Amino acid sequence: MKLEFDAVTKRYGDHTVLDAITAQLEFPHVLALLGPSGGGKSTLLRVIGGLESPETGSLTIDGQRVPTGEKPLRTFRSNIGTVFQSWNLFPHLDALANIMLPLTAVHGLAAEAARDRSLELLERLHLTGHGHKRPAELSGGQRQRVAIARAVAIHPRLLLLDEPTSALDPEMTAEVLEVIADLKSEGRTFILVTHAMNFARSIADQVAFLADGRIVEQGSGQAFFSAPQSETAQRFLAKVLKY
Amino acid sequence: MTRHQTINAVISVLLAGLLLATACFAIFQALSWNWSGVWAYRQVFWQGWVNTIWISLAALALSVLLGLLAALGRRARYPALRWLSAGYVELIRGTPLLVQLLILFYVVADAVGLQNRYLAGILILSIFSGAYIAEMIRGGIESIGKSQLESARAIGLTRWQTYRHVIFPQAMRHVLPPLAGQAASIIKDSSLLSILGIEEFTLAAQQVNSATYSTLESYLPLAVGYLALTLPVSLLARRLEDKFRYET
Ligand SMILES: Nc1ncnc2c1ncn2[C@@H]1O[C@H](COP(=O)(O)OP(=O)(O)OP(=O)(O)O)[C@@H](O)[C@H]1O
Ligand SMILES: [Mg+2]
Repeated sequence: MKLEFDAVTKRYGDHTVLDAITAQLEFPHVLALLGPSGGGKSTLLRVIGGLESPETGSLTIDGQRVPTGEKPLRTFRSNIGTVFQSWNLFPHLDALANIMLPLTAVHGLAAEAARDRSLELLERLHLTGHGHKRPAELSGGQRQRVAIARAVAIHPRLLLLDEPTSALDPEMTAEVLEVIADLKSEGRTFILVTHAMNFARSIADQVAFLADGRIVEQGSGQAFFSAPQSETAQRFLAKVLKY
Repeated sequence: MTRHQTINAVISVLLAGLLLATACFAIFQALSWNWSGVWAYRQVFWQGWVNTIWISLAALALSVLLGLLAALGRRARYPALRWLSAGYVELIRGTPLLVQLLILFYVVADAVGLQNRYLAGILILSIFSGAYIAEMIRGGIESIGKSQLESARAIGLTRWQTYRHVIFPQAMRHVLPPLAGQAASIIKDSSLLSILGIEEFTLAAQQVNSATYSTLESYLPLAVGYLALTLPVSLLARRLEDKFRYET
């Protein structure tokens, strides 16, 4: 997959969150987006996912320009799977209905086909028997796995995962990371924002380091972790890998 | 005795006294009660009671529709629609139902040639109640977190689909309990339609009263008849409140 940013700028009020980003990110399957808090990772992910439009600049994915305007953007978004930090799921629907909703309402699947696909995914994500539970009746880790199932069910061209484990305790984190690792071995393409450095190191084909609204550095996971080029990245890694 | 017990005792004595006085009054009155005169008019009572029920049901259905439209109007993309909805809600909630009845019935309904007083009465009652329901629905819609709308956007739902699959089902739990309370209000407020000559329950009692000259015997069944309708509805409202409080 290849992302090309051309002077992408995003502001909130007079605060520039993405500062004229021009970059080419190319990765076979997994891109890890790393960087200090407030650096703009979530915002960049939202721009890539078509949830936020940049004020200026443009972005292409595999040569295809991310559209502007509500209707084409909606179509664009519907083919991208998104998992946020928390509260992805609809609390009034059970796990199965949560996974089925985009399939039936957006992708035009018949209820039967949507159900089959959803049940199969629940099984694959070790959630067999939890389909009839509402989010409030699931553990945090199970909830996040259902969210991943919903994002994967639509066969997205690209998955966006924004700190999918940051609200979880270590055991649940392990469950979810395992599922994410499985996604890679299934050959899915995704961009992952995470503070779990060891995991990023083990799973990322490519790393982009974002700080102060700019992509300061990018490289293969191997290269980035063993020999970061920029001083900001060196300081960042020294700090987060210290403990 | 503690202070608490003293207060308890005083209240008990007062209540007992009140009960005794009421009983004495009732017995004294009963000597001259004229139930048989009123009993002859039971058909009038019955008809009025039944009319009150269907008038209230019709007004409830219509006001839910109006309330929904006004609530959606307040969130519409077009400013004119938003102003219209806000104006409707504020205007109606800021004036008494009696005043609205007088103006809408004698001025507006007359001007547009609406002859059927039942239809006019139901419409006015719905317009009144719809403004309150609009606020309930708006509150319900606004109680839904931003992250829910974000999720709906992320999976590609349209505006209408978002309402249908995400907003309405979740808003329901906030709206249903007060809506049941509003249904009880409609039943009570419909008594004001008697001033328009609509033959609902209150007008029926007034007719019985003027025919029999038995005031208490005419109006006591009136109160009981309303309670028979509002108590179950209020109970339902309480139930819904408990149920939804439990779930969150
Ligand atoms: N909707 C918004 N309105 C105003 N400011 C915002 C908004 N969203 C983000 N910001 C600001 O933009 C900056 C970047 O935010 P962003 O969430 O992209 O950072 P991040 O790298 O994801 O941080 P973290 O690691 O803490 O999640 C922050 O300073 C934040 O306060
Ligand atoms: Mg973030």
